[in-house]
This record gives sequence, C-alpha cells and structure tokens, in this order.
Amino acid sequence: MRALIPALVLAFGFLSGATSVASAQDIARGERLFNACLRCHDVGKDAKNRIGPHLNGVFDRKAATIEGATYSKAMKRAGADGLRWTIDTLNIYIQNPKNLVSGTRMNYRGMRKEKDRSDLLAYLRQFSVSPANIPEASASLLQQDAPSLHEETYLDGDAEYGEYLSGECTSCHQSSGADKGIPSITGWPQPDFVIALRAYKKGHRPHPVMQMIAKRLSEEEIAALAAYFKELH
Amino acid sequence: MRLNRRRFLGTAAASAALLSSPIALGQKRPRVVIIGGGAGGATAARYLAKDSDGAIEVILIEPSRTYYTCFFSNLAIGGFQPMSKLAHSYGTLASDYGVTVVHDWASAVDREKKVVRLAGGDTISYDRLVLSPGIDFVKGAIEGWDVTAQTKMPHAYKAGTQTQLLKAQVEAMPEGGTFAMVAPPNPYRCPPGPYERISMVAHVLKQRNPTAKILILDPKEKFSKQGLFMEGWENHYAGMVDWLTDEFTGGVQRVDPNTMEIVLEDETIKADVVNVIPAMQAGSIAQQAGLTNEAGWCPIVPATLQSRMDENIHVLGDATQNGDMPKSGYSANSQAKAAAMAIRHALTGSRAFKPRFSNTCWSLISPDNGVKVGASYVATDEKIAKVDGFISQNNEDDALRKQTYEESLGWYAGMTADMFG
Repeated sequence: MRALIPALVLAFGFLSGATSVASAQDIARGERLFNACLRCHDVGKDAKNRIGPHLNGVFDRKAATIEGATYSKAMKRAGADGLRWTIDTLNIYIQNPKNLVSGTRMNYRGMRKEKDRSDLLAYLRQFSVSPANIPEASASLLQQDAPSLHEETYLDGDAEYGEYLSGECTSCHQSSGADKGIPSITGWPQPDFVIALRAYKKGHRPHPVMQMIAKRLSEEEIAALAAYFKELH
Repeated sequence: MRLNRRRFLGTAAASAALLSSPIALGQKRPRVVIIGGGAGGATAARYLAKDSDGAIEVILIEPSRTYYTCFFSNLAIGGFQPMSKLAHSYGTLASDYGVTVVHDWASAVDREKKVVRLAGGDTISYDRLVLSPGIDFVKGAIEGWDVTAQTKMPHAYKAGTQTQLLKAQVEAMPEGGTFAMVAPPNPYRCPPGPYERISMVAHVLKQRNPTAKILILDPKEKFSKQGLFMEGWENHYAGMVDWLTDEFTGGVQRVDPNTMEIVLEDETIKADVVNVIPAMQAGSIAQQAGLTNEAGWCPIVPATLQSRMDENIHVLGDATQNGDMPKSGYSANSQAKAAAMAIRHALTGSRAFKPRFSNTCWSLISPDNGVKVGASYVATDEKIAKVDGFISQNNEDDALRKQTYEESLGWYAGMTADMFG
C-alpha cells in the first residue's frame, strides 16, 4: 500500500491542479505526525481496530460505523445525528476532539498547528478509495473557525443570567444530570461547554435542535450558561 | 434537589391552614395563585417557588391528584408506553419546593377583588394570577356530539380514562373494521397529535387486525409534518390510511354516537371506532373570567404572558392566542419560565432578562421511527414571533429516526422533571 503513495500523489496533483495541494514532503511529514496516533489507530494494508477504529477509508464515512470498533455513547450519538468525516470535520476534530464530540473516548489534547493537521490529513487521505475526489479543507475552517472555538472568553460568565437562560435547556436536559436519550450537561468544565455550544452555533455539530438553540446565543450568554451548569451537579 | 425539613413542615402547616379556614387577605409575602397543573401551570409553580426561594407564596390549584400528560398519550394507545408512565403527582412540588397544592376546581375568578373561588367553597386571594387552563371543546362544534357522548365516541384529547377507552376500542375492533377520526380545525392543541395518533392506531391494527381501515375526515387542507406522516404511512401502513379533506367529503355534517355513524354531505359512514376531536377554545375558566376574545382564546402581552384584558393575570399555554407558537406542552413550559421571571421581577424586584421561547414536537410514526419539528421565538410588541426552525427530512436513515425516538423519551423525562421536580 505504501508503495502506491507516490503514484497517488502524482495523480492527485494532476487532477486538482491547485496550489494548495500537499507535496510529497508534506505527506511524509504527515506520516511522521501519525506516530502520535499509532498507539490507538491503525491505517494501511490489513489495518485493524485498536483502542480506536482503523482509519482506512475514513473520508466520507459516517462517524461510529466501523463494525467491531468500540465507540463512546457520545460518538454513536454524533454518528446517528449525521456526523460524517470529511476533510473539514476531521480537521476540526483533530484540532480538539471535544470540538465535535464532548464525550469522546479519544483521549487526545489536540493538534493545534494548522500545518500539522493539514499534513496529517494529507497522509491519511492516501488510504481512502479515491483520494483525488476528496476536496481540500476550506481555508476558513483551517485558519479561522476551528481555532476560534477556543477563544478564552468564557471565564467570567454571569451565573445568575445563566440560571435564567438554563430554562431553555431544562425543557429537555435534566438538571439532575440524568443521561438517557438526551445527554447530561451538568458539571462540565467551562471550556468544554463553551466549545460545544460554539460548534453547534457554527453548524460544525449536526443536531438541528441544538443548532437552533445555540444560533441565537451570544458569547456572553454561552459564558453565562457554562458558568451556571458547571456548578450544577 | 432541595429537600428541606423546615420548608416541608411549613408547607404542611400552610395546607392545614388553608383547609380549615379561608385564607386571610393582607399576607406579608406576595402571593401567586396558579390555576391548572399541566405543562404551563406546574412549570410556573416550580420556577416561581424555586427561583424566589420562599419570597413568594405559591399556590397551585389543580383538581387531579394524579395528572396524566397529554403528550405521549398517543404512545400509550400504540402500546409503546404504559399509562402508568404518563401519571405524575404534585408531591415533590409541595415537599421540595414549598408549593401549596390545592386539589379543587377553580370555579370563578373575581378580577375586581383579585380572588379565586373554588368549587369546594373556599376563596383564595392573589397578587398575581397565572391561568393555565388548557383547552375545552367548542359546544355544538360537531352536531350530535357533546361531552356526554365521549364514552361512545371518545376524543382522547385530555389524557387518562379517555386515552384508555380509545385504546380499548381500537383493540376490540372487529376484523376488517373501520376506525374513523374526525380531525379538528385550526387552531388546536398539539398540531401533529391527531396524525401521530393515526400512526399509533395503524401500528396496533397492523399487528392485530391488518385488514382494518383508517379514515381521517379532516376540515384542513394540510397538517403538521404532513410529508413525514404521509411517507411513514405509505412505507409502514400501505393501503390502510385514507385522509379525506372537506373538499372531497363536503365536511362532517353530524355524528350519531348511538348508531356510530358519521354523516357527510352525500354519504353516511358507519365505523367501529369514531374518534371525535372537536374544535377547541381556551379552558372554560378563562371564558368565565372574561379573558378570551371572540375566537375563544386569550390574547397576551408577548414578553410577559400578561392577559391583554388584565395585567394582574398571566395566561399560559394552549389557552393563549400568542402569535406563532403552537399549542404544545413544550410551548407552555417555555412560556411559563418567561412569565415566572416577569412575575418575580414585578413582585420582588428580581433581575429581569429578555424572554426567549422555543418549542420542539416529536412524533412517533412506527417502532423506532421518530420525527420532530421545532422553532425558536422572540417576543415582539404584537406577538410571539418565530425566528428560526427545523423539521426532520423525508428518507432519513434508520439510525437517525431511532435516535430521534430515543431523544423524545429523554425529552419526556426532562420535561416532566422540569414540571414536577
């Protein structure tokens, strides 16, 4: 399989003709970066599920659909909601897995440098059936959206305002923290809470009710909710 | 959860006082009286008590000791939920939140004196009144049917014995028999409700009585989630369900509960089960209190849910004419929180925030096949106005539909916890 890589890179370069196409060096660098993933993820010929699922053909795959792989409840939920692995969603996920799946089993702090993610994905795309058909990550997602999920403006939320706003959450989410059918949102670290709502607001996460609710929450209101729910156990 | 012995004793004492003598006027704490313990009233009681932390005396008047939620009652008809799962009591509101729960009928509101009269003879004064009376049927809406006919032709639009009766009738239908629904005109409680019910009845008949037929006689030209229901009926109950609008039938002229006949313009249909869901209006106490308009609903000030007729009264839920929000338990729950905040602000000077409203209605079409529709709303000067919305799509995959159904079960648990504590 690895022997095929140069040929595929050439084909891809020819087809896309874009200046943003990954070079062979980028891909080689991506392969080295993948060493950080190897303990849990296998890729290439005869790749097997390890702690996490194998990554052959990950592009355009619905989340949590590899038979025999172990997924968190949260990842299964995201998959059923419609989370599909594309260059954009993978980019956001690798940047910080909690961007897309708060309760993910993937215990990884995230790859913060855009260039690193770009190279890693250039490497991984070689293991999909038709890498040439995978579009490049959109510049806005690589450079702006994903990192902005992490702006640290969540620290001084108005918890009393959050308590009022929480009424819109507790029509569905239980203040007791019960987690059946609808996830628990109590006692979360503030950054996780903020990141999750921002991701719904931007449409990175697929759930229509949450997108609708988050869309009209301001940064101040998200911070207020995070401050309130953090203290609710 | 705030279980507090002092508060519990206080509540018990208050209840005893209430039973033994009329409640004195001029009490120190401001008092809010709530009529109706459904999604609007129970939520308002809980939020007023919880958030005012004892600064407001909250009295909830609700005749039933056991409350059956209307939402999810179709699932009981379909056999997906036992009736017992729909039953709730007010014990936690009393013991943990300090709400005084009075199980009696509110028979009249004297707006001049700011007093509610109970059928049992007591009167209760209020500083603010919250009215969440739900719906009543318009008298004479369908010739030949009134509430005395509900044991033969059930409406099952208030949950409990009516739900059980309709379920039993469906299960006892003769082989190849006919189930007919007389569907309501707009506006009515729970817009997808009649059509979810059709789905549940079809599910039961498909198992027990697959040659049976289902007729919907509908005064409307379209209905909520129509595309999703139609798709589901085609996929799961092919050939079983006929939806006939007035354009086709000329409309239901009258029904005869004794012969189980429905008279249309040019034809009379005899059915084995007739589910009559008549036109609706605000619950009768709202009519009695003079809070309804010519259409039979209560106009409200969008931001605070105050009656347009009386600023000391807030009306919630199905009884309101609010603008864009549908008549649903979720809407009533959402409105109750905005009203509770406005009341606390008015009576105790607590912080007031900009109200926000939302609603989602889930429906079950067949096993593990749930769909939903929802929207968010803001208060303008004129009405509660829709700002954004979504609806499930046709041809969604099985995993998503299953997840949507499971989500609806989670919502039920969350909603009832939000109402009853």
